Amino acid sequence: MSLFRRSSRSVLPGFGLTLGFTLLYLSLIVLIPISAAFIRTSGMTWSGFVEAVTAPRVMASYKISFGASFAAAFINAVFGLVVAWVLTRYTFPGKKVVDALVDLPFALPTAVAGIALTAIYSKNGWVGQWFEPHGIKIAYAEPGVFIALVFIGLPFVVRTLQPIIEDLEPELEEASATLGATRWQTLRKVIFPQLVPPLITGFALAFARALGEYGSVVFISGNMPMRTEITPLLIVTKLEQYDYAGATAIASVLLVASFVLLLIINLLQKWSRRYNNV
Amino acid sequence: MSASAARLASASSTTVNASRRTTQDAPWVRWTLTAVGLLFLTGFLALPLASVFAEAFRKGVAAYFQAFRDPDALAALRLTLLTTAIAVPANLVFGVCAAWAIAKFNFRGKSILITLIDLPFAVSPVIAGLIYVLIFGLQGWFPPAAQEAFFAPAAGIVRNIADIPGLGWLFGGLADWLAAPKIIFAVPGIVLATIFVTFPFVARELIPLMQSQGNDEEYAAITLGASGWQTFWHITRPNIKWGLFYGIILCNARAMGEFGAVSVVSGHIRGETNTLPLHVEILYNEYQFVGAFAVASLLALLAIVTLILKSVVEWKFSKSTQTAGH
Repeated sequence: MSLFRRSSRSVLPGFGLTLGFTLLYLSLIVLIPISAAFIRTSGMTWSGFVEAVTAPRVMASYKISFGASFAAAFINAVFGLVVAWVLTRYTFPGKKVVDALVDLPFALPTAVAGIALTAIYSKNGWVGQWFEPHGIKIAYAEPGVFIALVFIGLPFVVRTLQPIIEDLEPELEEASATLGATRWQTLRKVIFPQLVPPLITGFALAFARALGEYGSVVFISGNMPMRTEITPLLIVTKLEQYDYAGATAIASVLLVASFVLLLIINLLQKWSRRYNNV
Repeated sequence: MSASAARLASASSTTVNASRRTTQDAPWVRWTLTAVGLLFLTGFLALPLASVFAEAFRKGVAAYFQAFRDPDALAALRLTLLTTAIAVPANLVFGVCAAWAIAKFNFRGKSILITLIDLPFAVSPVIAGLIYVLIFGLQGWFPPAAQEAFFAPAAGIVRNIADIPGLGWLFGGLADWLAAPKIIFAVPGIVLATIFVTFPFVARELIPLMQSQGNDEEYAAITLGASGWQTFWHITRPNIKWGLFYGIILCNARAMGEFGAVSVVSGHIRGETNTLPLHVEILYNEYQFVGAFAVASLLALLAIVTLILKSVVEWKFSKSTQTAGH
């Protein structure tokens, strides 16, 4: 009943107008359209739904989507930690440019990233030409999906870790050093534990982003059913075949996965905040 | 005396050196980590960016500029600019309203509202397109036949206005659209999908910023007799301008570059419903690689400008918060 009701009077005007517009716009653009997906799905019979979301081709798409997203987020967590540490603790020429470049995946349209990565990793490309003679195919194969998802998720771990590393208290490191710890012991036992919550948050953000990614992957993956066909692409394929029910059913599975991840990320951020305030 | 002072000084300098040794990484660690980090960023960020321009100029400058003489490319550019010109201001107004309500007032359900505003970032772009097809498509809740009936009265009125001499150029297009409304596989669907994927950008920058600034200055303005709008325009707006600009930059980059969501609702009609990223895809799939990368280089330039502006805003912002602190 009292949801969205002002709990204390304020002298500032405009509460009703701004909140009203916010709720209206949010409902029209986001909430009603998203609920359309779930309501459409609930109109299906249970067996029809299960059949649509567990068909072999769909299951294969979950495998590549979840598998490649997980692997990409993991690689981003490892190298993102290194990059964030280097960018906050060390100085080197051109650091500002490198720091700005980290956000490139946010700014570069995914289709551009997709064709650029394909050009690099195909058999005549700058990188692909070194792998092709050894029988390793990157573009138009599973590694291509992974490469595109690493690109897309790269900024998340770095940008989640950077402010935390900046705010680390030097006193803790000094105390640890004074008490006779080696640098490695200090890193492992004093610094790293403080970085675990943001590291997991960054991992989850990169994973969530990778799971839904479409633009960069479709160019590099080759889109082979049962092998490199990601779940978002399968939704598009079903739509193009006018199989609206099938597309919506798969979409609702992906939506639920995204919402669960969003929930986990929110909890992680709360944990991270509490952990670093102590 | 001087000897003991020297011993003291040297003792303290060894402690400093020792503590530096144990609170800083050894040089070989520093070099290795920097090399690993830079190598990773070069491979995954610098190479793709460089390859866009290398591929675009592969057949020379003339071939590069030839790509922009294609009328379909120009139509795609126009549609991208039009879409952005609608989506960014719409989300800007929303972002300011949402931030005002959330940051300036206390109400129940605030954290739920903030989570819901962030929701579009968690949704796959493909699903962002799909949900509008489910509503406005042939089998949707508000299918084309219903749209036609709904817009028919307005169509008549706008047609009359458009027929007034001198107003045709302004209202002609709208009148034509209202007579045969089309949302999916047309421009309105593209605009809607773009608004959805760029929905949170401005709001999520402004909410924490305005929350951290508190209400004291606004209270003072209201107490001194300023109206709500005057308070916002003269007090709040100058305080949030960098955050606002930051949100707009990011929103603009995503709006111009969105691919997945727009691809689902566009219908891919050349010269009509193709945005720049969709035009890149079409050229690429037709093996017109120089053309595809030439158009892509335009979008890559947009990305570079975005990154530069973003760095400038971050620098300005850190300066303005530093001076505000004193």
